[in-house]
Amino acid sequence: MHELGIVSGVLDTVRNTVRHEHAVRALEVRLRIGDMAQVVSESLDFAWDVLRDEDPVTAGCALVVEEVHPRSRCLACGNEFDHDCHHFRCPACGSGDTTLLAGRELDIVSIEIEDDDDAAADAPQGAAAEAV
Amino acid sequence: MAERTVDISSPILSRNERLAAELRERFARTHTFVVNVLSSPGSGKTSTILATDALLREYGLRSAVIEGDIASDVDAITMKEAGIPAVQINTGGLCHLEGNMISQAVDALDEGVGLANIDVIFIENVGNLVCPVDFDLGENLCVMILSVPEGDDKPVKYPGIFQHAGAVLLNKIDVAPAFDFDRDAYNATLDDLNPQAPRFEVSATKGTGMDAWAAWLREQIAAVRA
Repeated sequence: MHELGIVSGVLDTVRNTVRHEHAVRALEVRLRIGDMAQVVSESLDFAWDVLRDEDPVTAGCALVVEEVHPRSRCLACGNEFDHDCHHFRCPACGSGDTTLLAGRELDIVSIEIEDDDDAAADAPQGAAAEAV
Repeated sequence: MAERTVDISSPILSRNERLAAELRERFARTHTFVVNVLSSPGSGKTSTILATDALLREYGLRSAVIEGDIASDVDAITMKEAGIPAVQINTGGLCHLEGNMISQAVDALDEGVGLANIDVIFIENVGNLVCPVDFDLGENLCVMILSVPEGDDKPVKYPGIFQHAGAVLLNKIDVAPAFDFDRDAYNATLDDLNPQAPRFEVSATKGTGMDAWAAWLREQIAAVRA
């Protein structure tokens, strides 16, 4: 898996957001990752610890990962069901005509930032910066 | 110091997803059908594309190939020698292809032969069973190629890519007698993991089973163009 590339992409978004929000630094980043994305959490944490400290804006920033387990809908009978990464057939009717609703996520949910109280009073605050 | 939370709610790979959407629109404008070919290194992507192109030509369909490799232009040379327009991408160590690389390769094909003169583009992805699946390249179809010597347990070990595939080819069936590939176990795994994707047993170099695969692919191309 490309954990290094994922972390690099997340940190780009974090830096852009801190700059856009006229904040001082990022304190915590929350990701949502589906089981089907096959991200190795140890590799993600390792890449995070190495790359975040390269920039004072992200140094020491915590990483929180929400895991999403696979969930599908049966297109034959309408049943929605949770399952593991290997079994996609509908447990109710046995149909293989199903569609994955959740489990492939690779999303940035939110970023907790710290404002400089003096600067924050002067600077206009807009909507969240667009992710890169 | 005040703390606050900024809502992002955006894919980490959103830049690639934007590029993929642009590519998909571009391919739709020229009625070009794009196949993203995924497999391990050495399972027969190049041989399968060559044999598929030969059969699609009989249907009057013209192919081009975008070759993705960490290094070398060996595969692009092979394609050009077979008379197929080809563009080589060297990823320089990156384990998958991304939308920006495909955009540049499509530009090169457009300048070279004209996108409107290409019916099908095969994107031969970097040999890898994990990373390519997360990078949409604007394709119409992801085809997964597994070869007999790799073993029947690959779909168990790499469910993400086999579940994502729109068709699964089992290649090198001509050497099956020399290996203890358990077809029943392989089919049982895919019955649970990806029951929707059609499966084809082929030998790209001997031609076995290739007619059925090419005929199915032709139907998919026709359906998109209809």
